[in-house]
Amino acid sequence: MKDFDDRKYVVTAIILVTSFIYLIRLFYVQVIDDSYKLSAKNQALRTLVHYPSRGLIYDRNKELLVFNEAAYDLMVTPKQTKGIDTTAFCEIVGITKEEYIAKMEKAKSYSSYKASVFEKQIPSDQFTSISEKLYLFSGFYGQKRTLRKYPKPIASHVLGYIGEVSLSRIKKNPYYKKSDYIGIRGLEKEYEKELRGKRGKKVLMVDVHSRVKGSYQNGAYDTMAVHGTNLYTSIDRDLQEYAEHLMKNKRGSVVAIEPSTGEILTLVTAPSYDPNFLVGRNRSDNYNSLVANDSLNPLFNRAIDAQYRPGSIFKLVQSLVGLEQGVITTETRIKCNRGIINCHGNHSNDKLVEAIQHSCNPYFYQVYKRLIQPGKYSNIFKDSEAGLNEWHRMVSKFGFGQKLESDIPGISGGLLPDVAFYNRWYGEHRWAFSTIYSNSIGEGEMGVVPIQMANLAATLANKGFYYTPHLVKGIGEDFSIREVFTTKHETEITPKYFDPVIEAMSAVVNLPGGTARQARLDSIEVCGKTGTVQNPDRPDHSVFICFAPRDNPKIAIAVYVEYSDYGGLWSAPISSLLIEKYLTGKINDTEKEKRMLEAKFLTIYEK
Amino acid sequence: MRSKRNIFQNIDWFTIVLYGILVLIGWLNIYAANYNEDEVWFSFSKNYGKQLIWIVASLALIWMILMLEARLFSTFAYSIYALGIAMLIGVLIFGMEIKGAKSWFVFGGISFQPSEFAKFGTALAITKYLTNLKKNAGQFKVRFQAIFILLLPAALIMLQPDTGSVLVYAAFVFVLYREGLSGKILLFGLGLALFFILALLLKQTSIDVPFGLVMQGKLILIATVITICGFIYWFFNSRKRKLLVPLTIAVVMISSYVLSVDYVFDNVMSPHQQDRINELLGITFDPSGAGYNVNQSKIAIGSGGFFGKGFLQGTQTKYNFVPEQSTDFIFCTVGEEWGFIGSFVVIVAFVTLFIRLIFLAERQRSSFTRIYFYTVVSILFFHFAINIGMTIGLAPVIGIPLPFFSYGGSSLWSFTVLLFVALRLDGERMHIL
Repeated sequence: MKDFDDRKYVVTAIILVTSFIYLIRLFYVQVIDDSYKLSAKNQALRTLVHYPSRGLIYDRNKELLVFNEAAYDLMVTPKQTKGIDTTAFCEIVGITKEEYIAKMEKAKSYSSYKASVFEKQIPSDQFTSISEKLYLFSGFYGQKRTLRKYPKPIASHVLGYIGEVSLSRIKKNPYYKKSDYIGIRGLEKEYEKELRGKRGKKVLMVDVHSRVKGSYQNGAYDTMAVHGTNLYTSIDRDLQEYAEHLMKNKRGSVVAIEPSTGEILTLVTAPSYDPNFLVGRNRSDNYNSLVANDSLNPLFNRAIDAQYRPGSIFKLVQSLVGLEQGVITTETRIKCNRGIINCHGNHSNDKLVEAIQHSCNPYFYQVYKRLIQPGKYSNIFKDSEAGLNEWHRMVSKFGFGQKLESDIPGISGGLLPDVAFYNRWYGEHRWAFSTIYSNSIGEGEMGVVPIQMANLAATLANKGFYYTPHLVKGIGEDFSIREVFTTKHETEITPKYFDPVIEAMSAVVNLPGGTARQARLDSIEVCGKTGTVQNPDRPDHSVFICFAPRDNPKIAIAVYVEYSDYGGLWSAPISSLLIEKYLTGKINDTEKEKRMLEAKFLTIYEK
Repeated sequence: MRSKRNIFQNIDWFTIVLYGILVLIGWLNIYAANYNEDEVWFSFSKNYGKQLIWIVASLALIWMILMLEARLFSTFAYSIYALGIAMLIGVLIFGMEIKGAKSWFVFGGISFQPSEFAKFGTALAITKYLTNLKKNAGQFKVRFQAIFILLLPAALIMLQPDTGSVLVYAAFVFVLYREGLSGKILLFGLGLALFFILALLLKQTSIDVPFGLVMQGKLILIATVITICGFIYWFFNSRKRKLLVPLTIAVVMISSYVLSVDYVFDNVMSPHQQDRINELLGITFDPSGAGYNVNQSKIAIGSGGFFGKGFLQGTQTKYNFVPEQSTDFIFCTVGEEWGFIGSFVVIVAFVTLFIRLIFLAERQRSSFTRIYFYTVVSILFFHFAINIGMTIGLAPVIGIPLPFFSYGGSSLWSFTVLLFVALRLDGERMHIL
């Protein structure tokens, strides 16, 4: 049978070829294709997340505004729950059998082998009694989370709130994982990166039944959670609380700023809500009820987002620009000619200080006319264009018509109309002073938000400069601060021109016949200006801006009370109460305080 | 005494060392597959502990085989075969049913799988039959008798049923081929398998042809065959007359075979066999069902990477993600913990063993020894190819062990006996049996 000897080569070849194919395949599976490594990780490794506690938020005196409270997410791995006593379980957790089934189905639809949230944010006192018996129920464990808590139910719009990160956010930012918390509004949103801290993790090995078998590679991939950075805000907790108290039953806002630094002492939007309302398990229900069922729209942050016409208060700016441009002097008198534009009160030929004090409309009509149509060009259209350009440039230096670079998300810029605006509106060379004269007294197309008006008060107090109003004066224990908040913004107005304006503001409050007599304080010289935003068929918005004391001002305030009455009646006394509270710590005129507290202007919204 | 010293002088130590290495590596991997940090590092009640007992027992078995007279195996070849057949019949009557198959005798705590012994008996019988033959294995009568020797135990095992063990008998084709079976038969078998796979793969395929007709996958296949045959006919223009008949027969046979594949697949094969073939061919993908084992196996092997995760570090291995880890899927442990390097070493070790055995076979003066060596190589190679092939998705999932590696006394002893009988015979190569 030697004939077939050569066949040993065939047999050998079959063995070699088969083995060679296997080696190629093994090389592909083991070295080239990474998908199996990933699958192995997904199957055999479980990553337990340690959530960091979020940074705390303090006021300017290091009083707590926000702290954390432990809560527990009850996690479940459906595959491991075989044979548990569901009746007993439901009793301990406090749910019905139907809820149990529904929650279990939801968890299974996510994964049978991986843990997902069964019941979220169980308060720690409740969880303590659950956890004692949890060992009886395999497949369940508690995942520690932190909830925000607020020692006082104030400053909800300043602080904002957090919530579970949305899927679209996760897609955009890979840092976030499902069921992470993220700041959604206010400081929580603005300082999210600082506040959130750093997640820690523990990588565990599990077997095919998802039972934990130990730490992966002796914890080489484990990390500790890092506590979030604390924020020290410029808010004065007591003043904020008092301001919110005064604004009860009113719609409007209060913004108080320390002029020398731009630090916001108080930022009130009324009506508001209790920040504790948007925490925990009922957050989304509560949120929806705030959105859907409240005609007062308490989630709208009026202090930074509501636009009003500036009204008479704008005459202060017109005076300063007029003086700087030389179209008037402190001695310039203008007849109160009430033909084109109306006026009120008993005056006829005021000079500047008196005109501000009396809020003389024809006076500022004239000032604005001289600014807009100075007569540089014989063509009034060209003249107005050049005039408006110059005026717009100077007024915008006060922070109008632009979003202040503050640390408040959602801030609005208001509207300061410029040449382009009117060209769009009327067409090029189809408008002149006579078209836009309403701006002279702060009516017309202008729009401001309360924080800009408070900033104006601070700029007046500083005689010509401001620091961008901001909420955070220190990030973390080294008290760092964003550079933009230490940048001085200069107006183009020469400081001496502020003197007559401040003189007039003092007169408004302190002299007999001033429109803001109710803002007068015995011990402190308050300088202010009332404003009245007229509303057709409805009461006016009461507006007041002021600063105090006149020398070395410590506080600048803007108060808006919507649909109440003229500026002097409500906003001015509220402002003075805040000044007194802030500067002296107590209130002398309790009558005034009582009257403000009792005032209610919400009936107009009832449907 | 003299004969004893002879056998230790003449025996092939190279093969023995390879055997030792494979058994040792195998045991380490069984240890890893059953290792548990939470328990004591060694226990005789665990698989690795029992396997160690089987290994020690194998040494006794080896000693016995080497002490026996070599000619006994030739003399009692048919008797051993008959004993094997008797046991296969016996197991059908007295056997214990485990996992739906009557494959085991259980005496007290010890269980024994007669199909493993029958494999050895069949190897001896076919060897003896072919040795005594004056003509080559290509002849029809010879073919028929040889096939009967093989089919008898195969049919009995089929009754258990244990498909995996039955398929091992296909391995004897290599022996028959070496001894003269026409290569055409091998090619014919290959062709059957090829068309079977093609017919299944093309089941879901169809193409649009003119006149709004749709051509099914099988018809495409038949059309292709006809076209190729037509082309061959046209190309060998000069020998037209000779070619016409065989080509026509080929076309008719292939066509009817292709048309019958569906029937065989749907009616002869069991559902789980259908699933396994569908998974293998990629017709279905069901990693949590029929494809679970293979998918987990590939994950374990693939996650090993180039260098592996290290001894006892395989998460897939330790934590039971792969089913049948100690037995049929022991190669996963090699792949995961020792990486490509480990896989390479194991495959090279096996190939070295096979080639060494072929070398030993070809140096024999005795036909009996040569043929017996080929039966050993065939059986070992078949196990090796199917077992490793299934763990990496290149062969269907057939539950047969990896020689010397897989946990289990019966299989270890059976492979040990097969191999050492060959080595014992080789030790006598200077004598004429």
